[in-house]
Amino acid sequence: MRGKCGLFHTSYAQEARFFQTGFLKFSLGLFFIALLCTPLYLSNYQLSMLNMINIAVIGAVALNLLTGCCGQISLGHGAFIGVGAYATGLCSLAGWPFIPALLFGGLVTALVGMIFGVPSLRLKGIYLAIATLAAQLILSYVFMHWESMTGGSVGLGLDAPAICGLALDSDAKMFYLTLTVAVFSVLLVSNILRTRHGRAFVAIRDFHQSAESVGVNLFSYKLQAFAVSSFLAGISGGLWAHYTMYITPEQFDILLSIRYLAMIIIGGMGSVLGSIFGAVFVTLLPEGLGALAQWAGAFFPNISTYFLAMREGIFGLILVLFLIFEPEGLVHRWRLIKAYWKLYPFAY
Amino acid sequence: MALLDVKGVTLTFRGLAALLSVDFSVEQGQIASLIGPNGAGKTSMLNCISGRYHPDEGSITLNGRDLLVMAAHDRVTAGLCRTFQNIALFKGLSVLDNLMVGRHTRMEYGLLSSMLYWGKARRSEDLHRGRIEQIIDFLGLSPYRHQIAGRLPYGVQKRVELGRALAGEPKLLLLDEPMAGMNLEETEDMARYILDIKEEWDVTVLLVEHDMGVVMDISDHVVVLDFGQVLASGTPAQVQIDPEVVTAYLGSENRSFLGR
Repeated sequence: MRGKCGLFHTSYAQEARFFQTGFLKFSLGLFFIALLCTPLYLSNYQLSMLNMINIAVIGAVALNLLTGCCGQISLGHGAFIGVGAYATGLCSLAGWPFIPALLFGGLVTALVGMIFGVPSLRLKGIYLAIATLAAQLILSYVFMHWESMTGGSVGLGLDAPAICGLALDSDAKMFYLTLTVAVFSVLLVSNILRTRHGRAFVAIRDFHQSAESVGVNLFSYKLQAFAVSSFLAGISGGLWAHYTMYITPEQFDILLSIRYLAMIIIGGMGSVLGSIFGAVFVTLLPEGLGALAQWAGAFFPNISTYFLAMREGIFGLILVLFLIFEPEGLVHRWRLIKAYWKLYPFAY
Repeated sequence: MALLDVKGVTLTFRGLAALLSVDFSVEQGQIASLIGPNGAGKTSMLNCISGRYHPDEGSITLNGRDLLVMAAHDRVTAGLCRTFQNIALFKGLSVLDNLMVGRHTRMEYGLLSSMLYWGKARRSEDLHRGRIEQIIDFLGLSPYRHQIAGRLPYGVQKRVELGRALAGEPKLLLLDEPMAGMNLEETEDMARYILDIKEEWDVTVLLVEHDMGVVMDISDHVVVLDFGQVLASGTPAQVQIDPEVVTAYLGSENRSFLGR
């Protein structure tokens, strides 16, 4: 390593690696050590935020694979997450161990996602968005009214998950579980994107006619994108259900779908790192606004009440500002910052 | 036997005939050109071969295999690749990935293997990357290897598209106006690539092109279409002196244009 003045690859495999430099591996290692030690120095509330971030990362990466990479807009991911939550929850209530229940929940969601992905053969862009919106509404209705299964508006109460007899009953223990699953999902999607399936997905997004002419079976690959994406959404839902230990239909409404779309738009469409940024940003946004309101409260006594009332509005405003000023998302800003520091202090 | 055999192909759009019982064939190892005035049905013919349109009648066989029973995405496996008139690259992918998509059907590993990047997926990515590098060398694309395709200059994008079609290792390569919008130098480069593809890669080429200089120079066989019908076919020299062809291109005084 020493004495090298650049990045030189001597094999194709080297070039395909995720982490190209020792510095990157080292800093990522430090980051993970810091993450793994968080239960030592963060409060329970802060840990619960991290848990929500991990769960959101899984969902955002999943949606980004489908919408950002394969170009199939889905307004139904909130409901797909709900399918995973209910399927996993019901399996747990039926006495299944946690891991098989989670995987089964993912598979059920993959199946549901594929069924609602069938119209994607004929519908594109905004029309597909409406078709998936129908999926969202239908599934919301099912959650609410299939009372014998979902408990209707009362919802389902669940126990803390247990893996091999170890009950994950605290935020810290759940944190390790959600972090592991999130890391696995990120790796899974990143791997897809550097192999033939990921390239086929992007090919479909960029030019479906030439994708067909190079031999990509459009229908099959769109369905595969739906399947993988909703599988991960289902896993995310299963984790969420077991983390909050209580699920109701209201959690999985259209607003959740829009939140996830906002995550990938803010983070950066078609980028795995962008999905992570977006998930962190959107999950922490209410906290940030709350802190801001508290700080401003020192000067304007009543502002925090207004702030809370305006939360959705501010969320919308931030989304619009991102679309105008940073349409490529946080990940683009991140790349610019990296490029700047790479050559610092020599700008050119 | 001819490599590509087009027999009696008729294509209509709501009663309007774009192609009317078109017959022609392309021999193995030839550069064949399809020419004709605007709206003659050249691109429609190409689309019928590549599977975007389904002719109402007739048959198209490649190497004895009936193409019309195959879905468009399966025709690559029969040995057919194409480029498009307007650039149809995957704009968000790098040049390298664009070419790798061209090898999509040559790689055979499943989604699970793809997710884990283990064994077969890893080996196959490596192996096919090697093949792609040959194409990159051949087309002189190495300075652009990792650049995003959509941001490249027009001439380079045309070359990338040729490379993508070549990556599928076709027996028959369909090129839809590869020289459109190019300057003289780029046109000459492209003509050289097409000749090299025929000689070195042993690929038969079917070309649709408006640049008559290029067509007459590099083609072994020329088919002239006009109003969806074959007007003449033969060597460039034969076609050039064919009175019907001259009329179609230049018009004629003693024959009613609309009467035909």
